[in-house]
Amino acid sequence: MLSLMLFLPLAGGIFLLFFRNPRAIRGIALGASLLSLYVSIVVLGRFDLHGGMQLLESYSWIPAVGIAYRVGIDGLSLPLVLLTQLLSAVSIVYSWRVDMRLKEYMFLLLLLQTAMLGVFAALDFFLFYIFWEVTLVPMYFLIGIWGGPRKEYAAIKFFLFTLIGSLAMLVGILLLYFNAAPRTFDVLSLIQQQPLAGQLRLATIAFWGFFLSFAIKVPMWPFHTWLPDAHVEAPTAGSVILAGILLKLGTYGFVRYSLTLFPQVFQQYASLIAILALLGIIYGALVAMAQTDLKKLVAYSSVNHMGYVMLGVSAAAFAYGKPDLAPAATTALNGAVFEMIAHGVITGALFLIVGVIYDYRAHTRGVDEFGGLGAILPVYSGITMVAMLASLGLPALMGFVAEFLIFLGSFGVFPGFAATGLLGIIITAAMFLWTIQRIFLGPANPRWKGLADMDTRELVALVPLTVLMVIFGVYPRPLLDIINAAMTTLVAALR
Amino acid sequence: MTALAWLIPLLPFLAFGLIVFFGRRLPGQGASVAIGALLAAAVFSLLLFFRLLGGAEPIRSTINWLVLGQQPLALGIQVDALTAVMLLVVTVVGSMIFIYSVGYMHGDPRYPRFFAYLSLFAASMLLLVLADNFLFLYVGWELVGLCSYLLIGFWFERPAAARASLKAFITTRVGDVFFFAGILLVFFNLGTLGFGQTFEAVESGHLSGGLLTGIALLLFGGAIGKSAQVPLHVWLPDAMEGPTPVSALIHAATMVAAGVYMVARLFLIFFSSPDHTALAVVAWIGGISAFMAATIAVVQDDIKRVMAYSTISQLGYMMLGLGVLGYTAGVFHLMTHAFFKALLFLGAGSVIHAMHTNDIKQMGGLAKVMPSTYWTMLIGSLALAGIFPFAGFWSKDEILTEAWHNNPPLFYVGLVTSFITAFYVMRMMFYTFLGEPRWAPAHESSGHGQGTVVHPHESPRVMTGPLWFLAFFAAFIGFVGAPFLGSPFGRFVRFGEEAAVPFDLRIAVISTAVALAGMGVAAALYRWRWLSPAAVRRAFQPFSTWAERKYYFDDLYGWTVVRGTVWASRVLRVFDIYVIDGFVNLIGVVFVGLTRLYRVFDLYVVDGLVNLIGWGTKALGGVLRFVQTGRAENYLLVIAIGVILLIIGGLVR
Repeated sequence: MLSLMLFLPLAGGIFLLFFRNPRAIRGIALGASLLSLYVSIVVLGRFDLHGGMQLLESYSWIPAVGIAYRVGIDGLSLPLVLLTQLLSAVSIVYSWRVDMRLKEYMFLLLLLQTAMLGVFAALDFFLFYIFWEVTLVPMYFLIGIWGGPRKEYAAIKFFLFTLIGSLAMLVGILLLYFNAAPRTFDVLSLIQQQPLAGQLRLATIAFWGFFLSFAIKVPMWPFHTWLPDAHVEAPTAGSVILAGILLKLGTYGFVRYSLTLFPQVFQQYASLIAILALLGIIYGALVAMAQTDLKKLVAYSSVNHMGYVMLGVSAAAFAYGKPDLAPAATTALNGAVFEMIAHGVITGALFLIVGVIYDYRAHTRGVDEFGGLGAILPVYSGITMVAMLASLGLPALMGFVAEFLIFLGSFGVFPGFAATGLLGIIITAAMFLWTIQRIFLGPANPRWKGLADMDTRELVALVPLTVLMVIFGVYPRPLLDIINAAMTTLVAALR
Repeated sequence: MTALAWLIPLLPFLAFGLIVFFGRRLPGQGASVAIGALLAAAVFSLLLFFRLLGGAEPIRSTINWLVLGQQPLALGIQVDALTAVMLLVVTVVGSMIFIYSVGYMHGDPRYPRFFAYLSLFAASMLLLVLADNFLFLYVGWELVGLCSYLLIGFWFERPAAARASLKAFITTRVGDVFFFAGILLVFFNLGTLGFGQTFEAVESGHLSGGLLTGIALLLFGGAIGKSAQVPLHVWLPDAMEGPTPVSALIHAATMVAAGVYMVARLFLIFFSSPDHTALAVVAWIGGISAFMAATIAVVQDDIKRVMAYSTISQLGYMMLGLGVLGYTAGVFHLMTHAFFKALLFLGAGSVIHAMHTNDIKQMGGLAKVMPSTYWTMLIGSLALAGIFPFAGFWSKDEILTEAWHNNPPLFYVGLVTSFITAFYVMRMMFYTFLGEPRWAPAHESSGHGQGTVVHPHESPRVMTGPLWFLAFFAAFIGFVGAPFLGSPFGRFVRFGEEAAVPFDLRIAVISTAVALAGMGVAAALYRWRWLSPAAVRRAFQPFSTWAERKYYFDDLYGWTVVRGTVWASRVLRVFDIYVIDGFVNLIGVVFVGLTRLYRVFDLYVVDGLVNLIGWGTKALGGVLRFVQTGRAENYLLVIAIGVILLIIGGLVR
């Protein structure tokens, strides 16, 4: 079941290589992506809220060194899998007008989809590492070939940054492997064994190895500078996936691995990591405010939002071994995971929004070059407003639920840090509203008089995301119940 | 009944959704839908109100919005006396303003959207007053803020409107952060967001002492922002950039009163703080705001700004009332103010509609041209000034009586404020409606005139109707709190079992006399012209300059907070590019440099060695080449020499 879901996109990608007709290629790409989405909805239907890790599949692969093909899904990965499916399909729809080297483009998107799904579903470190690395390659080419003017620099920077992190993680994985008895790459068994629990020094090294890899991916301050460059140069669909899903690989790693495999070490450094998260929140928002390039602005707002996620995660880490803080830790983790999804939906939409105005209309992203678009493009302005308001955490939209839970939980653990983080919500509000003012309000700039409002392709891509922002903002329970079950189990296991 | 309560906010919300998606295709281009939904909500509110009046238990209803861990977060709504009164205020005043807007916004290119936003506002405000927990309160709180933002910037083509909307949202959000922190502190200590459980914890002493005061003050931070109290009042005057019905509904009657409502709703938390510290802060912030804003209102020439500062001042009055333990008095004033201030704003809108200017110095003599507007506004002004028997008299008097008993210094602040209030409102009335016209009536030939050449006319029925309706309330609603009728309002809306301070005729006489004096001075200056206003202004230096410069709050914030933030963001951006990313690039450059170095090493050392060997071999070969001559005698010679050397070697050894 999971494997079918995993490899459908890749199969579609290989299949479309045999076609020349662009319509056939697009059709196959979207078909494969949607089919995989359909399978994941079936998975959702079969998902048992309190079943823990489920739909497990395990096939022997390299038994001599304890490597097997192991996949499974739980309340942490399922929402992320669904997010991946959604944003991948949206990206393909949005890319309908790409005609330069279409075949490669669609193949890479589908390969990326499989790789990302693999990261979330893998339960074997070897398999996880392969998927983790495979995500780099398509993104590298997407930026490097279909990117903007400085695409080579951005692509290399992205690749090297994350590769360095990956190598550090490999050290961590190997440390785990060699200290396990029996030696295995099986994640579940490693979590149960806690192979480094007794060896603090090794555990610390392994923890920081994982940390470096995940922190670069998130990206946490000060490892974030690859992000704006990569976003600015990446094509729109690339940005959507990069911000929407690839960043979550890092936060997912923190929750799935760092928290469960090295709880003591994480607890020891939780305050430090919370400070980095706070720096990300405030620094990210302030730097975003100073940007004149809309895409860079959204990119820095990601640094800010991922700061909230990490604040929640570090609060949960700090609560390790303190049973009275367990409810707060659960709340904080719920918020962090919810924020991952919320940020994926909202920022994915925001990058599409930047693409709508930049790709085929204004060909500029200078915030100050617009003005008064609210009167010219009413539908576009409406959707943008909803997305930006969701991003700044307005109640009844998705971002608020996430931030509310994060603060509610982390305040119980780190009152001072959480209170400081509240500053971020003022700055974020100022930043987005100022952006809205500069782009949509004021007298209409005559330069953009003839601009057309959104077309079907763009609406098909953006409307589902907007609807989700409202639905889960008003009634988050369907999504949160899935997350909550997994987080409750996780926190209970940590105690 | 429970379903009815849920429907009250849902109906306007549905109207919002319908208008957003179908807009002009709806009856009345959406306006009828919005008005119908709100009127229905008003009827439901009335039903609930009378049910409560009949002695029924308050309605409560909750849903499990979330489950965190094992613990469900039960959130819901409640209808008690306070909520019932607020529901009526919001739906009744709201309906009038909706109807008025049909005339006022007629012909606006974004007409349906205006009613969509108004409906969303009504829904959010109703949710806010229905909430039985901090989360719904906060959600409604933020959503009314959003509507305020959208409606201030409704004519967003005007840069001033765009700026004002941004200022309003950010300023109130500063307050909201304190509010949010207060909520977090409650949840942190009690693990609940419900008001009921929180009050139980306060009553049982579980939540007490400095912590309770801290919570109360943090929550009050939100009220300061929302109700435009000093020092976060700066956004409200600028908010007058919005269409006038918006100013009436949101920035006078309902939303800005949310802060007052919140203090009333959470009164137990404020009340229980040791030595009433929290309430003292509320009272003093209110008193200072009331006085300061009233003095600024005196020097404003923009009719809406006079009203805006008056609103800040009156909200301060309500806070003062709550702060001096006058729970009933504060809420009562909230209600009466909603009616007469909405009336005044709608009247001002009617004037602006006719004159196409906000400047009262370009008006004058309008009483003859616009009689309905004049008479209704006069009723509103007398209510605001607190003249017997109009609405404001009763509530203002209650507040002053409470202050006299519980905080005498604030009684005098309130009394002085009431003098200034009567003065500025009459100043406005004289400038606008009486005296000689300061505008040139347009003649048949001049047609559409420029500048002060206008053709003022009474507004259409759809606008004067609501004016008269509200005027009726502004005149008579005060009687629900009249002591000689047994203060029915006080018996319905009260805090605990505490009896309100009894009516005191002396205070009523004094306050009326003071208000009359204020009106008399205004008449002396602006009607009978015994003194030139400019001379009075000079006599009051430097206070008049301070008032004109709005006590320098805007300048202070502009120079510190706004510039500071923008500066910080620019500096950090540079820091990001040159320091953090510079470091990253430096590492890149170092590695590229290292590879270059390796290349040099490769070229000259590794490759050099290889070449050296090659060269050496070749050179050796070149030398050895001469040995191989191909001549047999040479070889024989070498062999002979070799043999000789070997023999010598052998002999020597």
